[in-house]
Amino acid sequence: MTRNRRGREQIDCEEAVRRLAEYLDRELSQASRAEMEVHLQRCRDCFSRAEFERRLKARIRENLHTDQVPQAFHERMKTLVEGLGE
Amino acid sequence: MVESEMDRSAEWFQEEVMELLPDLLGAARSMGTTGADSEDAVAEAVALAWERLDDLREKVRFRGWIFRILRNCCLGRIRKARSRPETVSLDKEGNEGSFSLFERLHQPFLLWWSNPEMTFLDALLEDDIRQALESLPEEYRTVVLLADVHEFRYAEIAEALDIPIGTVRSRLARGRSRMQEALWRHAVDRGLRKPRSTSGNNPT
Repeated sequence: MTRNRRGREQIDCEEAVRRLAEYLDRELSQASRAEMEVHLQRCRDCFSRAEFERRLKARIRENLHTDQVPQAFHERMKTLVEGLGE
Repeated sequence: MVESEMDRSAEWFQEEVMELLPDLLGAARSMGTTGADSEDAVAEAVALAWERLDDLREKVRFRGWIFRILRNCCLGRIRKARSRPETVSLDKEGNEGSFSLFERLHQPFLLWWSNPEMTFLDALLEDDIRQALESLPEEYRTVVLLADVHEFRYAEIAEALDIPIGTVRSRLARGRSRMQEALWRHAVDRGLRKPRSTSGNNPT
């Protein structure tokens, strides 16, 4: 971690790579996220890495997430939950 | 519970469960159950969750809470199906969580019209991704699934799996690393990439 001319802390590439997963998972604190974004605006390699990881993550979700369940199972579960509390 | 309170709870519970149904079924499958057993595990978990609803202190924690019940139901079924349960000893493994597809693919001095990382992503097939996830040990697979497919927060995963949040972070890092390694192997096997022994550039 270094400081810029205004005395604000700046993170280096090593720290940016370390924080990347939590940044993409939206788990960083606001301050930490802001530091990360400043670094990504200035570092082309880290920006490319972040963009790749973001797209890979989106691709995994697109491919593996489904909103569909078998109709018979849907009906079975509907009957089950509607019978609760009776 | 008085009757009207019970009705309100039942109505709320029904809505939550039906909305979560695809995620619950997907998670049960990814936790190692198959076919009708996955559906039975979800039904069992929902019935148990209703019985134990008074244990849920905050409704906002419902998702993590019911996934925890589901996980236990799935593990119980898997244990019955196998003679011995899968051992959980992965958190202390060293030297993992470091495979990076980006480092394999990235070439910093290429011209602007060539982007091997994005070309790689475009060439990935749904089967490659599914097989890569399925190749992970259950402990890693579940964490990656909850974070990347169902978009759980780390705290929700910790609650669902009854593990510390630090363990969520380390399993996620290792699971993603292994998954990227599996995707790389699929790409090499399909002739999309040539094997490369060293990683690309190092961070400055």
